[in-house]
Amino acid sequence: MAKHKTPLLDQLESGPWPSFVSDIKQEAEHRHANPDGIEYQIPVDVCDDLLGLLEMSYEDGETHWKHGGIVGVFGYGGGVIGRYCDQPQKFPGVAHFHTVRVAQPAGKYYSTEYLRKLMDLWDFRGSGLTNMHGATGDLVWLGTTTPQLEEIFWTLTHDLNTDLGGSGSNLRTPASCLGQSRCEYACYDTQSLNYAMTLEYQDELHRPAFPYKFKFKFDGCPNGCVASIARSDFSVIGTWKDDIKIDHDAVMGYVKGEFAPNAGAHSGRDWGKFDIEKEVVALCPTGCMSWDGSKLSIDNKECYRCMHCINTMPRALHIGDERGASIFVGAKAPILDGAQMGSLLVPFVPVEDPYDEVKEVVENLWDWWMEEGKNRERIGETIRRMSFQKMLEVTGIKADPRHVQEPRTNPYIFWKEEDVTGGWERDINEFRKRHQR
Amino acid sequence: MAFISAGYNPDKPMEGRISDIGPRKFDEFYPPVIARNKGKWLYHEIVEPGILMHKAESGEEVYTVRCGGARLVSVTHVREICDIADKFSGGFVRFTTRNNIEFMVESKDEALKLKAELNSRKFAAGSHKFPVGGTGAGITNIVHTQGWVHCHTPATDASGTVKVVMDEVFAEFGAHNMPAPLRISMACCLNMCGAVHCSDIAILGYHRKPPLIDHEYLDNLCEIPLAVAACPTGAIRPSKTEINGKTVNSVAIKNERCMFCGNCYTMCPSLPLSDKEGDGLVIMAGGKISNRISNPKFSKVVVAFIPNEPPRWPTLAKVVRQIVDAYAKDARKYERLGDWAERIGWERFFEKCDLEFTEHLIDDFRDPAYYTWRQTTNFKW
Ligand code: HEM
Ligand code: HEM
Ligand code: SF4
Ligand code: SF4
Ligand code: SF4
Ligand code: SF4
Repeated sequence: MAKHKTPLLDQLESGPWPSFVSDIKQEAEHRHANPDGIEYQIPVDVCDDLLGLLEMSYEDGETHWKHGGIVGVFGYGGGVIGRYCDQPQKFPGVAHFHTVRVAQPAGKYYSTEYLRKLMDLWDFRGSGLTNMHGATGDLVWLGTTTPQLEEIFWTLTHDLNTDLGGSGSNLRTPASCLGQSRCEYACYDTQSLNYAMTLEYQDELHRPAFPYKFKFKFDGCPNGCVASIARSDFSVIGTWKDDIKIDHDAVMGYVKGEFAPNAGAHSGRDWGKFDIEKEVVALCPTGCMSWDGSKLSIDNKECYRCMHCINTMPRALHIGDERGASIFVGAKAPILDGAQMGSLLVPFVPVEDPYDEVKEVVENLWDWWMEEGKNRERIGETIRRMSFQKMLEVTGIKADPRHVQEPRTNPYIFWKEEDVTGGWERDINEFRKRHQR
Repeated sequence: MAFISAGYNPDKPMEGRISDIGPRKFDEFYPPVIARNKGKWLYHEIVEPGILMHKAESGEEVYTVRCGGARLVSVTHVREICDIADKFSGGFVRFTTRNNIEFMVESKDEALKLKAELNSRKFAAGSHKFPVGGTGAGITNIVHTQGWVHCHTPATDASGTVKVVMDEVFAEFGAHNMPAPLRISMACCLNMCGAVHCSDIAILGYHRKPPLIDHEYLDNLCEIPLAVAACPTGAIRPSKTEINGKTVNSVAIKNERCMFCGNCYTMCPSLPLSDKEGDGLVIMAGGKISNRISNPKFSKVVVAFIPNEPPRWPTLAKVVRQIVDAYAKDARKYERLGDWAERIGWERFFEKCDLEFTEHLIDDFRDPAYYTWRQTTNFKW
């Protein structure tokens, strides 16, 4: 028998899509039945009380969580988010309900052996409810009490060889697409760069020293499966410099209808016969492709690698071999001055172990931002306040037309004194010799 | 419920402490076929909705079966995922950025069996546990945030609104009948933890009433300077108020400056802003991340306000349906929702989606606003 009546939430058990309400109920029952005889370290009815509290929010149209204050593990400034409910008498099981962020393996592959151990720990010491995964990328464990935090951390680090993730004004848990592990478009090993950068910057991840949060995300190609250009302060997107490789026989295969365009992504509708002229050549945004009825050519110098033709004919067209990545800086959600995408800082960087070229860019940016950034100012805002030119200066990167969508439309250039022949110091008396008062 | 220690000694926190070890290394968890062919994949094919085949230079193939799920999952549910992975995919499984689950097997036969198995599993009340889909030109799973389940500033629930919208577009999740991929995201307040601002359709919780001020307790519970500093628009200033004949330190808020972000509440529990009538949803549309054909772009606000209607948010589901159907009917093959709206013009977008355009949709927030007004005679009737 359910501890609390939840007539509103029950309506979210209908419909085909997986119901989180059914799942929480299943977990509530599991905890009561306790088939494995677990000595639960937080209240057995935590799931019932979460449903009860949530039902109350569904009635009131208002949240019943309070901000948590500072809780965490010794020596770390992030990884735990404190959370208390505002109805502790009614719902004591969730009176204290802190989130634990656990570092996920890059690309989010798991063995069941490892995943089961993680679940056993959370079953024993937490609510048994998780997010697979949080929006930043880490494993999010929803709800435990303060005395459990050090114990969870102990077991994670000693028995599972796993650390907490980041929260607060520090480096957040980095994330990458699955990259070369299963994607033919990947221009570099996203998982490996992700892992290397995560290990290199453990101190920045666990101990807040930044003006505000900082996120790394790694996409293997311009398709952007982890959305790095929109969601990370430091976005690395795979690219190449040489020619798209063409397998002419395979192109003919698409033209003749032997292969489905776009790997079959459009199979649910009759879009008519594949038309290479219309669907590939005419949609190429740079107009750099041509088709003479039997042969496809690409003027590679004019291609800007948007991926359309490759996505459309993956058997026939392949990314080039001179590979690396572009780096974009400063993406953030709209608050406060409006949303920002990452702006291109480094058009091409080689991405090879030990990734020194990438690390150098990050470290130069951090040195500057930690010096100049205001409290709670994302680096994208610092760049806007201090100028793109300033970012070029601190990273030692030369201005390049690739840095802009178009040149400025106003001539209000802030010339520096050293740029102007003879400097700014002049003698008014000398001037007056040429011009009367 | 006796407390059981794992080994941590609170008197000597540094004793035996291990820290700064990071995540487990990714390649410990590669299925063997992935380990053997990493970096040597040639091409892929979507065999049918929910099943991908990747072909390697070696000639080997890996079949990935992708299924959706709620982001909020229990340990019991994850153990069921493990059971399936043990039975079918050699004890390996992966999760995608959009909260889907992927099992990798080595033949089409096994993939089809697995798909049938996944589609057959249901929760006690009848919803699917592991619906297969989320590939190609369809609608995949929604990325979202915490909502009423676990945050202090939400203006709506995340899991509930997501469930309702995914129920609505369930057929599109398991099919390839959109002109191009359609990505939906959800964030429950304007902080946008989920960074929904570049999605084909974004659902965003929004408050519309400034914080209440709990004058009587504020000075005891909050650091006033921190609350003042927390406000991004400078709407809060320190002030004094009379309570029961006593003068107390508190704050005053310039309501017309408030943008309803809840940052002050994060700093000061005496400034709550949730409100049943005030809170609701904003719908944004036309953003994208990929560089394919057109540049990445931001989503635009197309519906200024939809009230919270828990538990099933019928107006939300209806509006999403209108946009999805108008797009599916009218857009060209490969055309993302934002590219379609730009080609036909936003005036036409509102007409085709049967959405009302109101003055709230004209930007008036800081510098970039001007660049969104129309400065040309090129508009349509
Ligand atoms: C002042 C502004 C912000 C505040 C006060 C804030 C607060 C929070 C809180 C309290 C949580 C934890 C929710 C929970 O699990 O209990 C959270 C999660 C998160 N925040 Fe923020 N946030 C802010 C801005 C942002 C922005 C601008 C971004 C992204 C650009 C962001 C990204 C995230 C992400 C990715 C999560 C994890 C969410 C999830 O997976 O559910 N936050 N934030
Ligand atoms: C501090 C700012 C400015 C000052 C002090 C200033 C001053 C002047 C003066 C004194 C003239 C007359 C020159 C003459 O007699 O031949 C002039 C002309 C003009 N100004 Fe400005 N101006 C300023 C900013 C601007 C701006 C921001 C714009 C446009 C965006 C602008 C556009 C023009 C134009 C179009 C002319 C006429 C030029 C011509 O007909 O040859 N001015 N300005
Ligand atoms: S971002 Fe590119 S390389 Fe990475 S998974 Fe997506 S398509 Fe593949
Ligand atoms: S990648 Fe894009 S720009 Fe380059 S040839 Fe293909 S379609 Fe054209
Ligand atoms: S989007 Fe807002 S309400 Fe939702 S989890 Fe993030 S901070 Fe909380
Ligand atoms: S809700 Fe945001 S804008 Fe409004 S007073 Fe609080 S901090 Fe300022």
